[in-house]
Amino acid sequence: MNFSVILTTVGILAAVSAGLSVIISVADAVLNNYGTCQLDINNGEKLLSVKGGSSLLSLLASEKIFIPSACGGKATCGLCKVGVLEGGGPLLLTEEPYISLEERKQHIRLSCQVKVKTDMKLRIPEELFNIKEFLCELVEVEDMTYDIKRLRLKLPAGESIKFKAGQFVQFYSKPYGKVREEAFRAYSISSKASETDHLELLIRLVPNGIVTTYVHTALQVGDTVRLSGPYGDFYLRGDCEELVMIAGGSGLAPIRSLVYDVIEKGLPHKMRFFFGANTMRDLYYMEEFTQIERDYPQFKFIPCLARPAPEDNWQGVTGFVTVALEEQVADSVSKEAYLCGSPGMLDACIKILKTKGFTDETIFYDKF
Amino acid sequence: MAPNISPLVILIASIFTSNMILSNFLGMCSYLSVSTEYKTANGLGMAVTLVLVLTTAINWPIYTYLIVPSNLFYLQYIIFIMVIAATVQILEMGMDRYTPDLHAKLGIFLPLITVNCAILGVILFMVIRNYSFVQALLFSFGSGLGWWLAINMLAAIREKLATTKLPPGVKGPALAFIVTGIMAMAFIGFSGIFTIQ
Repeated sequence: MNFSVILTTVGILAAVSAGLSVIISVADAVLNNYGTCQLDINNGEKLLSVKGGSSLLSLLASEKIFIPSACGGKATCGLCKVGVLEGGGPLLLTEEPYISLEERKQHIRLSCQVKVKTDMKLRIPEELFNIKEFLCELVEVEDMTYDIKRLRLKLPAGESIKFKAGQFVQFYSKPYGKVREEAFRAYSISSKASETDHLELLIRLVPNGIVTTYVHTALQVGDTVRLSGPYGDFYLRGDCEELVMIAGGSGLAPIRSLVYDVIEKGLPHKMRFFFGANTMRDLYYMEEFTQIERDYPQFKFIPCLARPAPEDNWQGVTGFVTVALEEQVADSVSKEAYLCGSPGMLDACIKILKTKGFTDETIFYDKF
Repeated sequence: MAPNISPLVILIASIFTSNMILSNFLGMCSYLSVSTEYKTANGLGMAVTLVLVLTTAINWPIYTYLIVPSNLFYLQYIIFIMVIAATVQILEMGMDRYTPDLHAKLGIFLPLITVNCAILGVILFMVIRNYSFVQALLFSFGSGLGWWLAINMLAAIREKLATTKLPPGVKGPALAFIVTGIMAMAFIGFSGIFTIQ
């Protein structure tokens, strides 16, 4: 092999690639330069000046408006829907599978596919404005059970989070041990909605879970944690007289927030909270809920143990939550149900609730 | 020396007698996967034709004035591919800017076309057969039209077949292959007109 042949090959290839890159860069600068575009959100409620040429999703994110997206802008999750009233151009083939005919009439688009090229008029649901990113300090960690930890996080000074009780935040883990990448998972907020400078999360250790293992093994008090939120449509509707609440394990988190919300706002709803666990060692927050039960007659707390150990001396309901539900909820008249827990437990409970007359409109749940 | 064939003959021949799909079996992958719906197949066919003509028009001078004089034949494949990729990239940006409606229709196909072997195939045929610039241009245009015609036919047939009762064994891609084979046989009927090699 002649050495000069290798050199020529490398040289020519480098020259051609460099030439093409220059041409593409120039074309990008000329063709993809749409100047400054004005984004008018919700009829003048918010006016943004952005540099055109990128996707609406990324431009909004750079302006700190976080549209939920699970796929990161590849048009595969269909979550990043916003209303584009003007300046969005025609609906793209990539969007068609995710936008129903009804949504087309309302000018709903996938923000990851819409490119900002001109001034635009947008309609974005109010609650998405509240979604922010926070760099919180972990101020307290407490073992609630052998596998559930309570994290108390302090928001940066001067910042506050406004959320509806029951909503969740996304928690970003950092690389640790063998895990080299950042990951994020959703956790419900368990603290009171009235407390806006701190957040509390209940995180159960999932075997081999990337983020839960991070929380349980690597995270230390004083560490900085990145969160974004609040997200989710699991919150109190309240068009009824009684709330039936059901939780298992760390599913207690959003329910705790909901209970405090009802009490602090002085709402008249009766509440019945069924909390399912296996044995005594899975129960937590027992004293707190028993205390609330004593102080507020509108609240009933019904812990259920599926397999209490003999030494537990369990006096309460024995069996799955579904058993207690069957016995203690007579009908669905003026009731709403709020469920949070594992899919298996939720499906079983929803089945029972439906036999009692609950419908998809009166059952709200958060599966994990 | 360029072969002594009228460019018009090349145009007609590349559509019918040496059809990119039905006689050369090039570009089969997107041909089979994007032919379930007539509308999208039509869009892809249009985009392939456009890219074919454009990349041939750019690669011909590069081959003639850069690769041949400097004796770089061993680099031709990689250079052709890079030029195709860059052209498609710029074409997409340009279409997005000036013809947003067309971009909305063809946009998602353009990256797919970069790796369509019919595009590279046409350029390599052009090199092997020593076509002149005009011959190469009409050859690429004809090949594009032929590809477009074939995918449109298959898509139309598959749309009809979608509502037909079929034995389970031939449903889906299997039937597409059978249909393509029958279409290819039918196209042999054109080969009496003239052939180009």
